[in-house]
Amino acid sequence: MKVKMLSRNPDSYVRETKLDLQRVPRNYDPTLHPFEVPREYVRALNATKLERVFAKPFLASLDGHRDGVSCLAKHPKSLATVLSGACDGEVRIWNLTKRKCIHMIQAHEGFVRGICTRFCGTSFFTVGDDKTVKQWKMDGPSFGEEEEPLHTILGKTVYTGIDHHWKEAVFATCGQQVDIWDEQRSSPICSMTWGFDSISSVKFNPVETFLLGSCASDRNIVLYDMRQATPLKKVILDMRTNTICWNPMEAFIFTAANEDYNLYTFDMRALDTPVMVHMDHVSAVLDVDYSPTGKDFVSASFDKSIRIFPVDKSRSREVYHTKRMQHVICVKWTSDSKYIMCGSDEMNIRLWKANASEKLGVLTSREKAATDYNQRLKEKFQHHPHIKRISRHRHLPKSIYSQIQEQRVMKEARRRKELNRIKHSKPGSVQRVSEKKKRVVAVVK
Amino acid sequence: MSSSRAAESSLLALNQQEELEDLPREYPLSTSEDEGDSDGERKHQKLLEAISSLDGKNRRKLAERSEASLKVSEFNASSEGSGEKLVLSDLLEPVKTSSSLAAVKKQLNRVKSKKTVELPLHREEIERIHREVAFNKTSQVLSKWDPVVQKNRQAEQLVFPLSKQQSVFAPIEHVVSGWKARTPLEQEIFNLLHKNKQPVTDPLLTPMEKASLKAMSLEEVKMRRAELQRARALQSYYAARARREKKIKSKKYHKLLKKGKAKQALKEFEKLRKVNPAAALEELEKLEKARMMERMSLKHQNSGKWAKSKAIMAKYDLEARQAMQEQLARNKELMQKIQVASESAEEEGVAEEEGEPFVPDMVNEVQVKASGPNPWMFRNHSSDTKEAEVQGDPEELAEPAAQEAPESEEEGPVVAEEILLKEFEERRSLRQKSGLKQITKPVGSQETKDPSSQGVLSELRALSQKLNRENHQSRKQELSSTRTVLAVQREEPAGEEEEPLLLQRPERARTLDELEELGKEGCFQNKELPRAAVEGQQWERNPSNHLSVPKEKKRKEQMIDLQNLLTTKSPSMKSLAVPTTEELEDEEERDQRQMIKEAFAGDDVIRDFLKEKREAVEASKPKDVDLTLPGWGEWGGVGLKPSAKKRHRFLIKAPEGPPRKDGNLPNVILSEKRNIRAAAHQVRMLPYPFTHHQQFERTIQTPIGSTWNTQRAFQKLTMPKVVTKPGHIIKPIKAEDVGYRSSSRSDLSVVQRNPKRLSIRHKKQLKKNSVD
Repeated sequence: MKVKMLSRNPDSYVRETKLDLQRVPRNYDPTLHPFEVPREYVRALNATKLERVFAKPFLASLDGHRDGVSCLAKHPKSLATVLSGACDGEVRIWNLTKRKCIHMIQAHEGFVRGICTRFCGTSFFTVGDDKTVKQWKMDGPSFGEEEEPLHTILGKTVYTGIDHHWKEAVFATCGQQVDIWDEQRSSPICSMTWGFDSISSVKFNPVETFLLGSCASDRNIVLYDMRQATPLKKVILDMRTNTICWNPMEAFIFTAANEDYNLYTFDMRALDTPVMVHMDHVSAVLDVDYSPTGKDFVSASFDKSIRIFPVDKSRSREVYHTKRMQHVICVKWTSDSKYIMCGSDEMNIRLWKANASEKLGVLTSREKAATDYNQRLKEKFQHHPHIKRISRHRHLPKSIYSQIQEQRVMKEARRRKELNRIKHSKPGSVQRVSEKKKRVVAVVK
Repeated sequence: MSSSRAAESSLLALNQQEELEDLPREYPLSTSEDEGDSDGERKHQKLLEAISSLDGKNRRKLAERSEASLKVSEFNASSEGSGEKLVLSDLLEPVKTSSSLAAVKKQLNRVKSKKTVELPLHREEIERIHREVAFNKTSQVLSKWDPVVQKNRQAEQLVFPLSKQQSVFAPIEHVVSGWKARTPLEQEIFNLLHKNKQPVTDPLLTPMEKASLKAMSLEEVKMRRAELQRARALQSYYAARARREKKIKSKKYHKLLKKGKAKQALKEFEKLRKVNPAAALEELEKLEKARMMERMSLKHQNSGKWAKSKAIMAKYDLEARQAMQEQLARNKELMQKIQVASESAEEEGVAEEEGEPFVPDMVNEVQVKASGPNPWMFRNHSSDTKEAEVQGDPEELAEPAAQEAPESEEEGPVVAEEILLKEFEERRSLRQKSGLKQITKPVGSQETKDPSSQGVLSELRALSQKLNRENHQSRKQELSSTRTVLAVQREEPAGEEEEPLLLQRPERARTLDELEELGKEGCFQNKELPRAAVEGQQWERNPSNHLSVPKEKKRKEQMIDLQNLLTTKSPSMKSLAVPTTEELEDEEERDQRQMIKEAFAGDDVIRDFLKEKREAVEASKPKDVDLTLPGWGEWGGVGLKPSAKKRHRFLIKAPEGPPRKDGNLPNVILSEKRNIRAAAHQVRMLPYPFTHHQQFERTIQTPIGSTWNTQRAFQKLTMPKVVTKPGHIIKPIKAEDVGYRSSSRSDLSVVQRNPKRLSIRHKKQLKKNSVD
C-alpha cells in the first residue's frame, strides 16, 4: 500500500512567537474567486440599502427658549457648548452632551440679532434690537453676583449682525455700515460703507483674517479689507442675499444664501460668475454654514428643512426635516464636523448627525474597515441605476414635495420659452445665458 | 457749482498759456514796428483781398471791415478784425514805456515757465481707484493659497485636524503656583515641605544640598575636573578607534576578529567555569539569549538576499557552497535549544529536515557527499555517534582521518561554536559520570568529519551495542538487588569498552532486514521501560544513585531514534510490492467509472444540448410571412388547402439574418437578445468624469474587496477620502499648517497704522453726531 503523506512547510503556518498574528493562507488566484463584478455589485447594493436603513440623523432637540431662535454660535474651545439667542432677547448656553441648558441670560430687549464668541472662548458678544453691543462672560456669574455684561456699547442705530475676528481682539458689527471695533474702545476703530441700505450680516474670513464679507438688503454682497479700511468689491445678485459663509479651508471661497432659493458659491477673485449654484431648496435660504473640513456646507431654509450640499455639487446630498420643525432661521456645523445644529421658529434647537447613517461611538477596526469598504463600493457603483435610485430616495413633507414638482414645471416652462425665443428670432440675436451668469446682475468695482 | 467754476478757471489758464506761448514770436516784432507801418501793411492786405475776391465768391467778405471801428461800444465786442487774435502783447504795448510794470512782466515770464496743476479727480473716482488697488493686492495675497487648495481638492485622503497638537506638559511649578492648600491635610503637607525648605520651583535642590554642593574644595574640584577630562579624552579615543575599525572593509579582517573574539570568550568561559560556576551559568544564559536573538532575526535562514545569491552560485563555486553550508550549520546550531538539546534535537531533526524550501537539491547533495557540517546528520550524530565512536575501532577512526585533512579548513569557523556546544555536552556527561568523559575531546573534532555512510553504519553499530548492553544490564539488574545497582552502573563503562570488540564482526555482516528485526527487539526493550521507571523510583529513594537517571533517559531516546530511522527507511525496502498495489488501484478506478456510467445511463447531455441549440437557432431565425387567405379566389372549407401557386405568390420570404456568432462554437449558445432584467442594473450613459466607456468599464472591473486583493492593497483601495477624529476640534487652515509664513503683521496693527486718515473721518463723524 502506497501511503502519500501530506507534508507542509511549517514556515508557512507556524508563528515565530506567540504574539505574532496567525498566518492565514490566502490564494489570490483570480480563477478561484470568479464573478468579482457581480459580487461587488451586490455588495454595493446591500451597502446602499443598509445605509438607507440606518439613516437616522435626528439626535436631540434642545427646548427651553420662549421664542424663535434667531442666532446660534459655536464655542471655539469646547465641542459640547453651544450658545443661542432668541427673538425675545434671551441668550442660552447649552451643554450638548447633557442636552441641557446650563446658563440663561436676558441679554436684550427685543431680538438678539447676532451672537459670536471670542476666539479664546472666555466671553461672547451679542447685539440686539435695543441698539447695544454687549460682551458677556462665558461662565456666568458666581453665586450671589448680578448677571451683568462685561461691557455694553450703546450705538446710534440698530445692529443686525456681529462677528468676531479669528485671532485678535477685534469684532465687526453691521447695521447701517460695517463697523470694526476694538474690544477696549467704545467707538469703532473704523467704519466702512458702500451704498445706503442696511447690511444684514457680516463675516470674517477665517483664513485670511483681515477680509470681511457682508451682504446688504439692496441685493449686494460687499467685500472689505480691514487692513486698508476699504471695501474691495461688490457684486449685485438678482435677489437679496441673507448671509454668507467663508470656506474654512479655501481662503477665497464663500457661499451666499439667497432669497431666490439658491445658494451661490463664489471665488472672491472672480465675482462675475459664481463657481457653483446650489439649488434644491423651495423657499428662501436663511442661513448657511460650512463644515470645518470645507468639503460640505449646510443650509437652513424658510421651507422648514435643512440641506447638506457638497461644495462641488449643485444638488444637495441630504435633506433633514421633521414634522414639528418650522422655518429654520439659523444653522451651525459643529467644529468636529460630526453634527449639525439648527435653530428654528418654533423655539427649538435640533441636533443632527452630519452623516445620517454613521454609527456613533467607538468603532472596532473591523467595523471601520467594513464601513470604508462599503463607502468605496457605493462610490464605485454610484452610477448604476438601482443604486442611484436607492441612495437618492428621500421622504419629503408634502409641502416641499409639491413645491418641487411645481418649480420643476415652472423651470421647464421657462426653458422652453427661451428655446422658443431663440428658435423664432434672427439667429444670433438672442443669446443663451448660462444659469450661473443669469443671477449676477453686476459687479461693481 | 464749484467744479464748473474750477473748470472755467482752468480753461482761462489754458488760454493764457497758449497766448503766452505766442508771445515770444510776436513780441519783438510788435515792439520794433511803429503805428504807420502797421497801417500800411493792413491796407496792403486789404488790397490783396479785394483782388482775390474779384472772382465773386467772397463778395460778402468784402463788406466786412477789418479796420478798428470808430464807434467802440463797451457792450459788444466788434467783430472787426476777427481774422486776428487779440494778443497779450497788444495789450501790453501801451504799457511798454512805463517802467513801473517791469515787475509784472517779470511775473508773467515766470508764469510762462510754470505748468498748471491738473484738475483733482472726483471723490468717488478716487475711492474706486483705491478699491481697485486694494482688491488687486488682496487677490494677490489670496492667490498664494491656490496650490494648497488645489492639492487639498485632489488629495486622496485628508486627515483632520490638519495640525497635530502636541500635548503640552506643564512643568509642575506652573501647576502648583496656581493652586493653594485648602484642606488640613494639604496644609500639613505644605507645612512639612516648607519646614524642610523643600523648593517648589526649579532647580529642585534643598538649601542643604546647595550648601553641600558649594562645600567642595578647590582641589577637589580640580581633581574631579581632571578626571572628567581624562574620561572624556579616553572616550573620544575609543570612539575614534572604533570608528577606524568599523571603516575597515576587509572581510577577512572581520572574520578573524570575530574568531578571535569567540576564542577569547571561550577561554574566559573556561576560566569562569572553573572559578565561579554561578557566573558561568549566567554567561550561559547570556549565550542562550544571544541564540534566541539570532533565532528571531532569521539572519542565518537561507531566505536572505545573500543566501539566495549563494544558492545560485553554489553549483559552480566551491567557496559559495562552503559558505552556504557554514551558514546552514550555524542556523541549525542556533535553532537548537542548548539545555534540552539531547531531548528535542532528535525530534526536531525530522521536521527540520524538510524545513528548507529554498535550498536547491544539489546543496544538500553536496552536504551528503562531503558530510561537512550537515545539520541533519550532525544532529543525529551528536549524541549517538559519540558513543558509537567510543567503541570505534582503530580502523574506522583511521579511515575518516584520511578525509579529514582537506576538509579541516572549511570547518574552521564552525568549530568554535561546536566546541562550545561540546562543552555543554561534556558537562552533562560529567554529571552522568559515565566513561564518555575520557573521549569527548577527540570526538568533538571527529564526529563532523565522518562520511555519511560510515556515520550511519557506526550509528547502527552503536545502537546494536546499546541493545546488547541493555540486555546485559537488565539481566544483571534482574539478578541483582536494588543495592547492587550502583555497582552495576560503575561497572558499565568497562562493559561498554569490552563489548564493541566482541560484537564488531557479526554486526558488520548484518543486513538491513536483520536490522529491522533488531529494531523490533528494541521495541520490546522499550516495553521494558516501565520496569526501568520502577527502578528509577527505587533509586530515588537512594539519593546517591540519582545521577544514573539521566543515563536511562538517554537510552530511551536512543531507542526512539532507532524507530525513526527504520520507519524512514521502510519505503525503499518495500519497493517490490509497489506495482501490485497500483494494479489494484487501476481496477478500482475502472470500477468507479463503470458505476458512474451505469448510474447516468439514461442522460445524454450532449444530445440534449445540441437539440437545445438547434431550437435556439430556429427561434432566432427571421420567419417567413405567409399572407395567403384561404378561400379567396378558390374553394374553401375544411380539409382544403390553398393552392401551391397561391401560397408561393403570397409568401414573403424573410431576409437572411446576420450570421450567428456561435456558428463555429459547437459547445456554446450565444443569445444576442437584450436581457431586460439585467438592463435594469446596467449603466445607460457614460457618467461624467469618464471620457471613454473603456475607462469606466476598467474602473468597474477592478475589484476592491479583500477577496481579490491583499490586505495592504485593500486598505489602500478603501482609504476614506476625509478622516476626522471624533471629539477633536478642526480649526480653519492656517498658513503655518501648509508651510507658508503667516502674514507677520497682525491685522489690527495695520488698521491702526493709518490712523490719520481714519481719525479724520472719525472726527468728522463725531462732529456730525454732536451737531445732531
